[in-house]
Amino acid sequence: MKSSALRKALGWIGLYGLWTVMIVITIVPIYWMIVVSARSRVELFDAPTLLIKSFYAPNYIKPLTDPVFQRYLINSLIIATSNALLVTILAMLATYALSRWRLPGADNIFFWTITQRMAPPAAFVLPMFLIYTRVFKIGDWTMFDTQFGLILLYCVFNLPFAVWLMKGIMDGVPIELDEAAFVDGANRWTVLTRVVAPLVAPGLAITFILSWIFAWNEYLFAANLTSVNARTITTGLAAFVSVTGTNWGEMAAVATVAILPALIFLVFVQRYIVTGLTFGAVKE
Amino acid sequence: MRSNRAGWALLTPTLVILAIVGFLPFLYVLYVSFFDWNPFSNQLGMKWTGVDNFRRLVFDGAFLDSLWRTGLFAFTTVTIELALGFLLAQTLVKSFPGRTVFRTIYVLPLVMAPIAVGATWRLLTIPGFGPIPYFLDKWFDIDFRLATFADQAFLTVIAMDVWHWTPFVTLTLLAGLTAMPKEPLEQAQVDGANRWQVFRYLTIPMMMPVLLTVIFIRLMDALRIVDEVFMLTSGGPGTATQFIGIHIYRVIVPKTDYGYGSAMSLMVLYFTIVLCWLLFIALAQVGKQRE
Repeated sequence: MKSSALRKALGWIGLYGLWTVMIVITIVPIYWMIVVSARSRVELFDAPTLLIKSFYAPNYIKPLTDPVFQRYLINSLIIATSNALLVTILAMLATYALSRWRLPGADNIFFWTITQRMAPPAAFVLPMFLIYTRVFKIGDWTMFDTQFGLILLYCVFNLPFAVWLMKGIMDGVPIELDEAAFVDGANRWTVLTRVVAPLVAPGLAITFILSWIFAWNEYLFAANLTSVNARTITTGLAAFVSVTGTNWGEMAAVATVAILPALIFLVFVQRYIVTGLTFGAVKE
Repeated sequence: MRSNRAGWALLTPTLVILAIVGFLPFLYVLYVSFFDWNPFSNQLGMKWTGVDNFRRLVFDGAFLDSLWRTGLFAFTTVTIELALGFLLAQTLVKSFPGRTVFRTIYVLPLVMAPIAVGATWRLLTIPGFGPIPYFLDKWFDIDFRLATFADQAFLTVIAMDVWHWTPFVTLTLLAGLTAMPKEPLEQAQVDGANRWQVFRYLTIPMMMPVLLTVIFIRLMDALRIVDEVFMLTSGGPGTATQFIGIHIYRVIVPKTDYGYGSAMSLMVLYFTIVLCWLLFIALAQVGKQRE
């Protein structure tokens, strides 16, 4: 008995030891970024201390009161929200179709949509640039450097993922519910919006949030398909590296602002993410 | 039974959008890959060269190096993330005091913008005030300079990716473990199987679909990494962290070698699809066995 008690105690020590290490490793880089954002340039090059003793506000005030940065932030907000909304609605319609009809070739379409995510993104910078500047052109207006251009483009990355995520959830809604509603005289649209949609609402929420986060975080295309009007916060952040004599404190402040919305989202929805991430791979 | 028309109608908007922003550019890349096209070279316009671009690729040392480096990176990170993620997911299955707090903090990196992750790690590793060089020097007498030593840069990028993505692996495996039926495990324990046997002969086979899904997603993303590395090392020192995504970007954007860059990305896409297709088949096989 004594040895089993000992083993149990060791198990607890191991468990908490492991998690303490993991939490420290997780937190330190983020914490350090906040530390840097709270220091002036002079303070930074003193011996590194991990404590925040004072708060150097200009690092935050300067970018946040700059109209250019304000526009970056607003652009990011508009693009991420519109894209997430569009993706969620389209994914709901598409997965409902995939799960309720036996559409010939649908499986291939399904795999094909996933392959969209595999290509090295840099390969598509050039064609997207040419398509947006030369093909989608009405008079002087082009898709280049517009919020709409990015909203549409991010569908390439978000839609396949959303379809994949929602497919398993949609399959989980028993078809008998649809049929019962049909018997009661409901049409296809009513069934989808009144019967099915409320049941898959948690899945829709996760799809929305993950799409939102991806669109908010994207950099490569935002950097190459915009110039002035539709620049996003990630391109603003990346601009700090190329500038000589980087102001690290300001860069850390902008990075902190850039990760904040996603972190707040995450704390609220984590619980649902755990159940949503099985991708229908586990049958219950 | 029912008309398929309504089904296709629901699917149409998705397909149209993916065709415009997904398939159209793909066809364009395919088309350009058969031409020699560099707007800033002496020769004007596009010149048809057939498969020359692809022939050139096979003997292009820089491309093959970059491909090999990306493969090594993807294999290493996915292996570490899978092992660590599985261990952590298993500790999270049973409830214990502090579990929710641990999990909530632990998954924070997951939602950070890759560019912000790169910025974070850059702040950690700047010589002069970053804590990593400072403490490595103080405690272990290691001279840590990311911009000078290739090995250190490569290892730092791996550490960064593990830090960023292990939470995703953990969460997904945790979802799988939670949804797993409990009876077979209990039965096995009653029958006197030890922990290792339960793990090897029950947990692993039952988790196979989830494991393959995770490998699938992580492999795909590790092979196309750009943003984080760009922000941390810009592919350097030299070409030590110039992964295929950055390599292609350099060929297409700064060097404007459009034709060759397009051929290169098609080749990479082809490798990735073959790899993921194999995994996809494996996934389908496992699915069938279970039914």
